[in-house]
Amino acid sequence: MAAKKSRLSGQGRLESRWGIILAMPAILGFLIFTIGPMIASFFFSLTDWTIGGRPSFIGLDNYRTMVKDELFWKSLSVTAYYTVGAVPLGLIIGFALALLLNQRVRGLSLWRTIYYLPTLVPAVASAVLWIWIFNPDFGLLNSLLRQAGLPTSQWLYSEEAVVPSLIIMSTWGFGNAMVIFLAGLQGVPRHLYEAVSIDGGGAWQRFRHVTLPMMTPTIFYNLVTGVIGTFQVFNQAYVMTQGGPNNASLFYIYYLYRTAFTESAMGYASALAWVLFMVIMLVTFLLFQNARRWVYYEMAGAR
Amino acid sequence: MTTMTSTAPAASTKTPHTSGGGRRWRPGRVLLYVALTIGAVPTMLPFVWLARSALMNDNQIFIAPPEWIPNPFEWANFSGALTAQPFFRYFVNTMIIELVVVTGTVLTCSVAAFSFARLRWRGRNVVFALLLTSVMLPYAVTLIPTFVMWRSLGALDTFVPLTVPAWFAGAGGGVFNVFLLRQFFLTIPFELDEAAYIDGASPWRVFWLVIMPLSKPALVVVTIFTFIGVWNDFLGPLLYLSDESKYTLALGLASFQSVYTAQWGYLMAASAVVIAPIIALFFFLQRYFIEGVTLTGIKS
Repeated sequence: MAAKKSRLSGQGRLESRWGIILAMPAILGFLIFTIGPMIASFFFSLTDWTIGGRPSFIGLDNYRTMVKDELFWKSLSVTAYYTVGAVPLGLIIGFALALLLNQRVRGLSLWRTIYYLPTLVPAVASAVLWIWIFNPDFGLLNSLLRQAGLPTSQWLYSEEAVVPSLIIMSTWGFGNAMVIFLAGLQGVPRHLYEAVSIDGGGAWQRFRHVTLPMMTPTIFYNLVTGVIGTFQVFNQAYVMTQGGPNNASLFYIYYLYRTAFTESAMGYASALAWVLFMVIMLVTFLLFQNARRWVYYEMAGAR
Repeated sequence: MTTMTSTAPAASTKTPHTSGGGRRWRPGRVLLYVALTIGAVPTMLPFVWLARSALMNDNQIFIAPPEWIPNPFEWANFSGALTAQPFFRYFVNTMIIELVVVTGTVLTCSVAAFSFARLRWRGRNVVFALLLTSVMLPYAVTLIPTFVMWRSLGALDTFVPLTVPAWFAGAGGGVFNVFLLRQFFLTIPFELDEAAYIDGASPWRVFWLVIMPLSKPALVVVTIFTFIGVWNDFLGPLLYLSDESKYTLALGLASFQSVYTAQWGYLMAASAVVIAPIIALFFFLQRYFIEGVTLTGIKS
């Protein structure tokens, strides 16, 4: 025992030396590319600074400007609108299909592949494809609607329809959530279903009292990552709509990008970034607060 | 490596609670497949639309109601699109970035994960928890100062800002890889390390000769997702690359789209070319994809 202990202490020194060396790239990366820029970003946000010029300290003026900046509010509401539409829709479709696929479907991997495939399409390629699908004259959607005798839409070219259009497009990527749901469903212990069956419960009871509660952590995970993701939408605005028409798709990050790199207002853009950070933190916090009421953790407090 | 092959037979042997046991076509089953098909149609339709448009000439593409079979098959769209802008150059650029980023990410992330999973050092868990917070951080917060930093270092319009962060454990979102690998490393029996240490191995040798060879599935997952991340990245190249000869595929496709706005045959052909490698990758490495998405989803 004593011999082992002394070996371990030599070993301990070795481990702690190597431990720090091997973790160093990650630690440095964190300092250089995360914490450093984060702090810098905060200081930038207190300045009036066009790139190439000299930053001048203006205190909280950027934040005061923001309160009266119509485009800021517009971009925030556009982004929130998109999130509120896209996230629940993606979750519901993803969950529904995962439930179907969990019914011992034949050719499971084929079905899963079909539904997962759209998530593999690179964002820019997907944007280009959907511009064409949404084309009012010869695009896929209006062609189908016309053939079915249904009313068509101007899609991306209409102030009212542009965000719903992008929400429709986003649901094409439900496969990611679906695969995660499917994995979650396969982890639900079978004996719970058997217990419900023994008590005379049918399919609905099994779903309502076993599947749904056991899946709440997975639903919550997909919800949080979905919300954080949709708050940071950029590519669609840049490639498909340039924020238009009439700022109807002025997504937050796109507005930030334009402020920083088209108007070179680095100070104001940094303030926008910090507000986004705070909004995301707040929303995440509220989601976690709310989660206590409906998310079921088998070993509450264990993690 | 053997862990994932064992799941399939287990599922088929345990079917005690299905009443019939047989595979008769009950109405419920029929309905199930009908529903799956109804879901599959709108999912696949955009791909069909992409393929048919990529192979049509302008006369046919602007016919209403639309036709679905190209006549003639306009393969020239591909050669036309790919020579209209230097897509091959974009591909080479993308692959250069891929090579540097994937190598850097896999190497530095697994090294860090090894440290956090299997070496004991003071402050380890605090440091790890701190690193993990950066996963939650919106990229917008670090965007501007990072840009300013690269600008002042004279690194704009080079691949440096797109590749160097990968050598610091991916930086930012890449920390997720460290987390993933750490979780995987924790499942490897610690007796293996102990035995190697008793034989006088250094931690580096344990990492390289014991842990890494046993972690291929996790390493493949990190490689795939990093590769796709680079392939799809648009904002990074948009910010840092201005000379067209340095464009990546994603940036090149976006610029192509802004020039050839109504040339749908060309645009769809170019998009198909950008999409195809990822789809091909998926079909070759399918189980790792599903594994990866599942891994990312379950323990978070």
